[in-house]
Amino acid sequence: MVANEFWAEGEPVVDKAAPDGPVETRWERRKFSAKLVNPANRRKLTVIVVGTGLAGGSAAATLAEAGYRVKSYCYQDSPRRAHSIAAQGGINAAKNYRNDGDSVYRLFYDTVKGGDFRARESNVYRLAQVSVNIIDQCVAQGVPFAREYGGLLDNRSFGGTQVSRTFYARGQTGQQLLLGAYQAMERQIGLGNIEMNARHEMLELIIVDGKARGIVVRDMVTGEITTEFADAVVLASGGYGNVFFLSTNAKGCNVTASWRAHRKGALFANPCYTQIHPTCIPESGSHQSKLTLMSESLRNDGRVWVPKRAEDCQKPAGEIAEEDRDYYLERIYPSFGNLVPRDIASRAAKNVCDEGRGVGPGGLGVYLDFADAIKRLGRKAVEAKYGNLFEMYERITGEDPYETPMRIYPAVHYTMGGLWVDYDLQSTIEGLFVVGEANFSDHGANRLGASALMQGLADGYFVLPNTISNYLANGPFPAVSETDAPVVEARKEVEDRIAKFLSIDGDRTVDSFHRELGQIMWEYCGMERTEEGLTKAIGLIRALKEEFWTRVKVPGKGEELNQNLEKAGRVADFLELGELMCIDALHRRESCGGHFRAESQTSDGEALRHDDEFGYAAAWEYFGADGKPTLHKEDLNFEYVHPSTRSYK
Amino acid sequence: MDIKVRVWRQSGPTAGGKMVTYDVKGISPDASFLEMIDVLNETLILNGDDPIAFDHDCREGICGACSMVINGVAHGPEKATTTCQLHMRKFKDGDVIDVEPWRAAAFPVIKDLVVDRSAFDKIIQAGGYITAPTGTAPDAHAAPVPKKDADAAFEAATCIGCGACVAACPNGSSMLFTAAKIAHLGLMPQGQPERDSRVIDMLQAQDDAGFGGCTNAGECTTVCPKGIPLSLIGRLNSDYRKAISKR
Ligand SMILES: Cc1cc2nc3c(=O)[nH]c(=O)nc-3n(C[C@H](O)[C@H](O)[C@H](O)COP(=O)(O)OP(=O)(O)OC[C@H]3O[C@@H](n4cnc5c(N)ncnc54)[C@H](O)[C@@H]3O)c2cc1C
Ligand code: SF4
Ligand code: FES
Repeated sequence: MVANEFWAEGEPVVDKAAPDGPVETRWERRKFSAKLVNPANRRKLTVIVVGTGLAGGSAAATLAEAGYRVKSYCYQDSPRRAHSIAAQGGINAAKNYRNDGDSVYRLFYDTVKGGDFRARESNVYRLAQVSVNIIDQCVAQGVPFAREYGGLLDNRSFGGTQVSRTFYARGQTGQQLLLGAYQAMERQIGLGNIEMNARHEMLELIIVDGKARGIVVRDMVTGEITTEFADAVVLASGGYGNVFFLSTNAKGCNVTASWRAHRKGALFANPCYTQIHPTCIPESGSHQSKLTLMSESLRNDGRVWVPKRAEDCQKPAGEIAEEDRDYYLERIYPSFGNLVPRDIASRAAKNVCDEGRGVGPGGLGVYLDFADAIKRLGRKAVEAKYGNLFEMYERITGEDPYETPMRIYPAVHYTMGGLWVDYDLQSTIEGLFVVGEANFSDHGANRLGASALMQGLADGYFVLPNTISNYLANGPFPAVSETDAPVVEARKEVEDRIAKFLSIDGDRTVDSFHRELGQIMWEYCGMERTEEGLTKAIGLIRALKEEFWTRVKVPGKGEELNQNLEKAGRVADFLELGELMCIDALHRRESCGGHFRAESQTSDGEALRHDDEFGYAAAWEYFGADGKPTLHKEDLNFEYVHPSTRSYK
Repeated sequence: MDIKVRVWRQSGPTAGGKMVTYDVKGISPDASFLEMIDVLNETLILNGDDPIAFDHDCREGICGACSMVINGVAHGPEKATTTCQLHMRKFKDGDVIDVEPWRAAAFPVIKDLVVDRSAFDKIIQAGGYITAPTGTAPDAHAAPVPKKDADAAFEAATCIGCGACVAACPNGSSMLFTAAKIAHLGLMPQGQPERDSRVIDMLQAQDDAGFGGCTNAGECTTVCPKGIPLSLIGRLNSDYRKAISKR
């Protein structure tokens, strides 16, 4: 098998923190068995938290409230600007306020099934359990969720679920939740319990005596490199969707914090699991710097179509007669129609565009048409429901969706993979914890809509603060000093790398490499993957990496605000991650969740999973830039929700 | 389209700055304003020049990072639109466009178009929160909030903390930003216990951070990308008077 050329296989990885017994009681029992830290001792313990999104912000605030000393870092100028701010749709919680049959068990069930049976049951159950506390906590902080006339919280159904369990704040749920966590953080900063370091980027992890004890950071304003120490390190640095260059993520989202930890021994799990969102605004040209998500709710009333014949694609939509239009989702999936899950809608769009029937620039788009909805409900009603989205669309494209159908195309949106963690959210490096989108988490091979916000806040407010105490109870650990060999070495690695970037002085910009990497990833490791394509991509990425290290041009100095130097570090890490993603995708010869392997499909073109062969999480160990990554499997057992096949026909 | 941009270039916090003119040729009207600067920067880098530094992140009008004064207007000519959401089709071929950083005593320039807005965080630290330590919350339905109040609180809470209001204000005042937070929290029942101390402490922090006083010039609301209304400043003032009178 071609595989062994690319990877080696090692011992299975085992979650030693996993509790057993009935799933409903596992979290209670883990909390009870976890060691506690005496309140008087908490002052003596320092925790570094990298990231101030929902996961990091909530963790930092909660740990500080508990009495620990916290040092926080983010690359933006304020913790309030973390990428979580951009989440639109909502947050799930099993409150069952609608009395529509929802329950912790149902949310658990939906999440395991939605993740295509590639997540841990214990973790998912816990997530569903604490989801109810999140809403209570956020309301107490003053998060202005949407309410009904009676003054109670409103809920909606999201992403095709049969119950209404999604809480929301107009189209700005992430913003409001993040401001809640940010304000709680600022309160602790004001009280002197959190030391906030905005515009500071973590560039290396410091490990002393096998334990994560600190980080190397660069002050992004002065360029000063410092080493920071603590008793434990928490990474809350978000997802890595920007490996594709074009994604719905904020421009600065990156994998560096996770990747540096991976290089130092933390296993990276399921890197190939990415989520591609079907309703984004298509690219408009070579200047495109990112893609904008349009809320999924649009598919409730919009009808997706392309011309039946490729010759018609250049014509204005209005000139294409009804009988010449192919409402392909309604045709292929008569029972779910335009509301099929994200991965299915995305792949179907790609297929019709590959057939040459795409619309708009480059033929990379499909129509999302509201003409019928306007006829049926009236323009006013459509405006009331989607007015702000239509406005946003018009602002970006210059087209009026009331008159001409919207054009949409899939874009990378979320990454389910991330650093491997045990039930306590501890990575394979002792004392290194990972929360939020940065860990490989609870979503398996695919995430349900409105569940990332839930997971970020679950991890930060309720899970980590309870599990990290078990570790910190063994501290304070012996003091670390600037002159300890591992500290000197970590610092030197950072300084050498910066010096190297600045010295190459080649003839290509950092962005040009990033774009090219993104194209390779999108083409071969995007919606549909094949053995041939992935093998090719690995070769292309290796060549690109070599070229990067000889031809990149990074202007300016290290001792100043230097945005290209920041980007260079991130792209260098993305190049390594991209290769691992392709290797992971190559090794997984099945289709599951967000990962569709063309060789593994049913006779009618649907995803075909192989539970017997691939019913595990793939955790990869780093083996040097040129060595082979080593696969460690974590077997997944399903005691409650038994693997079944998804069907939307 | 072919345009010229005149951009404020300043190499560091203490360096002097000046406007420098650049030609940008063949830019697509569908490009965003920031994408136009991206394209210009790519050329500058390959020519051995220093690219223009500017703050941005989400490019979706929600994180509040982007911050350019375009032709004298904070966030540029399009109403209720952040710099990142402004597109080149709003300009004409041959235009000469001025691009400058936020200018205010409390927002010192760091480099080119990047300024230090940490003073905003200081205002929030002083009282822009509801004290609710994790784990202490009652059930979310324990206290219903009238929809009218919840909606009004939401409207105020949409402020993205960009600082355009400060940049537009002749006094460099942060009153609209502070008023938005006071209104958001003060409109909710949960926000009542700290209502008096909040307004007093936040206004004090605002003065301490070097923001100017409010003279009701109203420029702030004109440039605010989220349409935060001037009436919230009136609300803040009345909260302040009540709070002071109880002291
Ligand atoms: C457009 C969009 C809409 C979405 N809508 C929804 C939705 O409706 N519902 C839902 O559930 N999910 C949604 N998601 C997904 C969800 O928003 C994210 O998964 C989630 O917010 C991630 O939170 P986080 O705390 O893990 O990381 P982030 O919010 O990404 O925060 C990462 C933090 O890490 C910091 N950081 C990163 N690297 C470094 C470094 N090297 N050094 C220092 N600091 C660093 C950053 O500064 C930042 O503070 C959406 C995502 C997008 C892109
Ligand atoms: S009030 Fe408006 S202009 Fe001022 S910071 Fe908030 S969003 Fe920006
Ligand atoms: S870049 Fe986020 S608001 Fe403009």
